[in-house]
Amino acid sequence: MTIHAHTVSDERGTSLDIAKIRADFPILGQTVHGKPLVYLDNAATTQKPASVIDSMDSYYRTLNANIHRGVHYLSETATEAYEQVREQVGRFINAGSSREIVFVRGTTEAINLVAGTYGLANVGAGDEILITGLEHHSNIVPWQILAGRTGSVLKVVPINDAGEVQLDDFGKLLTNRTKLVSVAHISNSLGTVVPVKTIISMAHDRGIPVVVDGAQAVPHTKVDVQGLGADFYAFSGHKMFGPTGIGVLYGRMNHLESMPPYQGGGDMIKSVSFEKTIYNDVPYKFEAGTPNIAGVIGLGSAVDYLSGIDSGELEAYESKLLAYATGRLLELESVRIIGTAEEKAGVVSFTVGDIHPHDIGTILDREGIAVRTGHHCAQPVMKRFNVSATVRASLALYNTKGDIDRLVRGIQKASEVFG
Amino acid sequence: MSDLRTLYQEVILDHNKNPRGFRVMEDADKFLEGYNPLCGDHYTIYMKMNGDVIEDISFTGAGCAISKASASLMCAAIKKKTRDEASKLFRQFHDLVTGKLGSLEHLDELGRLAALGGVSEFPARVKCASLAWHTMKAVLEEKTKAVSTE
Repeated sequence: MTIHAHTVSDERGTSLDIAKIRADFPILGQTVHGKPLVYLDNAATTQKPASVIDSMDSYYRTLNANIHRGVHYLSETATEAYEQVREQVGRFINAGSSREIVFVRGTTEAINLVAGTYGLANVGAGDEILITGLEHHSNIVPWQILAGRTGSVLKVVPINDAGEVQLDDFGKLLTNRTKLVSVAHISNSLGTVVPVKTIISMAHDRGIPVVVDGAQAVPHTKVDVQGLGADFYAFSGHKMFGPTGIGVLYGRMNHLESMPPYQGGGDMIKSVSFEKTIYNDVPYKFEAGTPNIAGVIGLGSAVDYLSGIDSGELEAYESKLLAYATGRLLELESVRIIGTAEEKAGVVSFTVGDIHPHDIGTILDREGIAVRTGHHCAQPVMKRFNVSATVRASLALYNTKGDIDRLVRGIQKASEVFG
Repeated sequence: MSDLRTLYQEVILDHNKNPRGFRVMEDADKFLEGYNPLCGDHYTIYMKMNGDVIEDISFTGAGCAISKASASLMCAAIKKKTRDEASKLFRQFHDLVTGKLGSLEHLDELGRLAALGGVSEFPARVKCASLAWHTMKAVLEEKTKAVSTE
């Protein structure tokens, strides 16, 4: 079999120029263990286009200064650039106001922020916090900590054999004691697209606010936080072609205004005396200390990059690629796909006979193919399907059918080794 | 493929498929769990002592081929050995998988364990190979807390 690693002709039927997109990502041109890199670990982190890398480089070379402080040229210009990204991100997810955009380290910090401020203020002993069986550890543990602090109870909506959240079960678990719901938009371990709009509407019928973990959704689909009705929406820069260490918490203004501050320090105050401190306005109240300015600049470039691609075309292309990957993998008799939801995006999680996923991962690595193997920070999901680990191939807009063919060939090699 | 062949040698594949000493030991003097939280590798090592001698050793659990074959080879290697001999093998094994051992050094003493030498070329897999060994060492040292290689 001849393998054409990244031929454009594979990608017929899309008006996206995949070859051009690939050329935007410098890292994709390299070889690993002597083979052209196939990067299929995008749910862990995506690669960065040159425009993102260049914007951060340029920031440090020409614009570096602390923000919201100096009267000098660099500080004013850096502040302006930083605040422009806030507006840009607000438009990108259709927030009502850019003041509803809080910059944080990532999705994990965003969820911890909500748990530690809104949660502590609004959840009490005997109350319930509702999540689903699909969640990443970062949407489980902050709520367990909150439950431990407040004497509240963490409840979990079960998932079915396909890896879907059951809405009738969700409805039954919404009670008068439920004070908060927190759900993933797209599952990181299985790729299930969760009907968050319906979930939010059901929760709102009972006056319960909803946090959405959007880490896996933003790079794959157009997110409209107002359209969804989300009270909070959290996502990470590095999973949407931006830098690590920067992320976003969207919160509805009425919530953000009523919430106590998150961390204390500079920039989150209006005035400080030893007797009394007046907190700054939203969103600065939640951004204590010098923030990751270069990260915000890089995030802005990532938003620019994604905004330059038609989201309908992107979804259609990735959906076809996922269908192709699923089909090719199922041609291999020993492959069992974990997570067969009707609505899926970006992820195919699987096992190969009784070969341990880590052995597959090592063999694929030597073929230049990067996948994630393990429990994907979602141990309860693994337990639900009675596996200790899976191999996970996760897609991004620069992946091709050629990548999938290489993956399939690699799995065949692993099967040969383990005969 | 050549470096993969050094990792997944016939001996390793055989011990993965047909692990030796893979059973619960009902009359064990002591047993301890070892796990690797990142991978999900999880084993229990059982031991029966006769004075200073490891009269019998067995294991149960699940994990990747490297961790399972290593546990199997370990059981075969240290059965009927004294505590001191087992500790010495532990050190030699550790040097072997972390690449600190010259290729020919101690190969006679290591015997079939030498098959695990390929692991040193795969740094991410050293903890897989070491899990059962660290657990065995903790059992010998009368530790009671589960072992984790993370």
